[in-house]
Amino acid sequence: MKKTPLYEKHLALNAKIIDFGGWAMPVQYTGVIEEHNATRNAVSVFDICHMGEIEVRGPQALELLQFALTRDLAGQKTGRVRLALLLNDHGGIIDDLTVYKMASDRYILVTNAARRESDYHRLQSIRADKKFDCKIEDISDKIGKVDLQGPRAQELLRLLTDTDLDSLGFYFFCETKVAKAEAILSRSGYTGEDGFEIYAPADKIGLIWDELTSAGVGFGLKPAGLGARDTLRLECALMLNGQDMTEETSPLEVTYGWLVDWGKDFAGKDAAEAVRDRGIDKKLVGFEMTGRGIARHGYHVFKGERQAGIVTSGTFSPTLNRAIGLAFVDISCAAAGTELSIIIRDRQASAKVVKLPFYKREKP
Amino acid sequence: MSKPNPQDRFYSKDHEWIKDDGGGTAFIGITDHAQELLTDIVFVELPPIGKKVAAGGTLAVVESVKSVSDVYAPVGCEVIEVNTELENAPELINADAFGTGWIAKVRPDDAAQIKALMSSADYDSLIREEKQ
Repeated sequence: MKKTPLYEKHLALNAKIIDFGGWAMPVQYTGVIEEHNATRNAVSVFDICHMGEIEVRGPQALELLQFALTRDLAGQKTGRVRLALLLNDHGGIIDDLTVYKMASDRYILVTNAARRESDYHRLQSIRADKKFDCKIEDISDKIGKVDLQGPRAQELLRLLTDTDLDSLGFYFFCETKVAKAEAILSRSGYTGEDGFEIYAPADKIGLIWDELTSAGVGFGLKPAGLGARDTLRLECALMLNGQDMTEETSPLEVTYGWLVDWGKDFAGKDAAEAVRDRGIDKKLVGFEMTGRGIARHGYHVFKGERQAGIVTSGTFSPTLNRAIGLAFVDISCAAAGTELSIIIRDRQASAKVVKLPFYKREKP
Repeated sequence: MSKPNPQDRFYSKDHEWIKDDGGGTAFIGITDHAQELLTDIVFVELPPIGKKVAAGGTLAVVESVKSVSDVYAPVGCEVIEVNTELENAPELINADAFGTGWIAKVRPDDAAQIKALMSSADYDSLIREEKQ
């Protein structure tokens, strides 16, 4: 298994390590619920070094991304982050990634860990095909990343950087120093709380981790693992690539229609348009269990006697104290309020389609 | 640190305990070591009363936030009572695995089979080996 630069720190903290797509990652340190609650109520830090970073630079960097990605990036300013999709020729989602505009001719794409190679090859093939004048480089191994998430994230981070954090809005980033190391600091995350994603050279990320965890003691900071990351993202209905969507999934079937800008040309557009014009026959919806049990990934969903879909993500929600999940269901069953049943082991448990997200933080 | 494994009962290698209550019935639960590995138990699927389970068969299911784990019957038995407290308070297993976190009361097919399981001392050594 591949190890992140923070691996030894996880061992020292007695983390439970799992294989996450070929990476040895901490799933939990002291307990998922404790780490989850620390993120909702105080602050937590996550090792996200496994995610990929691809740099695109050169005179036609923007032209390449405009054609490769579904989102119209023409209006994106330096210092802004955009979420976008990379589609295959069948209109299926290769990756949902974030685009950092570093300069007018330089971008960094932050990819899902397991999608890094696919993204790189897709971008290279588009570049070669269209003869765009730019360079594409996978810089993932040079970059480490930690996420600092929670209502007290800013208070804590203020101790380690001179940047004026008040003026850094959601989905804005800056190049600055964190704990004296060169870093990209972005106000964003995957937990539904206020917080930051911090990128730094791989050999400096350990220092940042140490400074955050020691300065964090007084703020109730906990290191948090992938277990809490999963419950936190699911409560906010943030999808997980490879689980809630695959390369077979159209953006319109999940909650990503808003990321497709139909007014421009992009790779996979013909197929995506065909789906749009034909209409979708299944849709990703949120559900909560009204009967006993926790629905998990892969469990079957029924409407009466008829199979109506499959659970893509399911868990016990620590914030809401009930079982929730996402499922792909027939479009006829997608309306909020629809009563369904889910097969848990050998019995049917009742569930209900609900509006997303399950949880939304109250903004101050 | 796990709580000590009580000497008044027997243990399986799958981390269940079974305690003969002397009246032809026995209580079954999972060990404190097992709950420590699972952490945060959030759901327990209890068996129906009257269910007959072979030795090593699935008696119940405990779920943490991330995991689903079977609880096996250490001996062949019939379920005569379940701990319904766990339906609303599955965390009782985390808090008191050897006591109020018991899972089922059963009638063993052959009570003598219980003594063929591991003693607390044997189980102590098993955990020590696992931790190494």
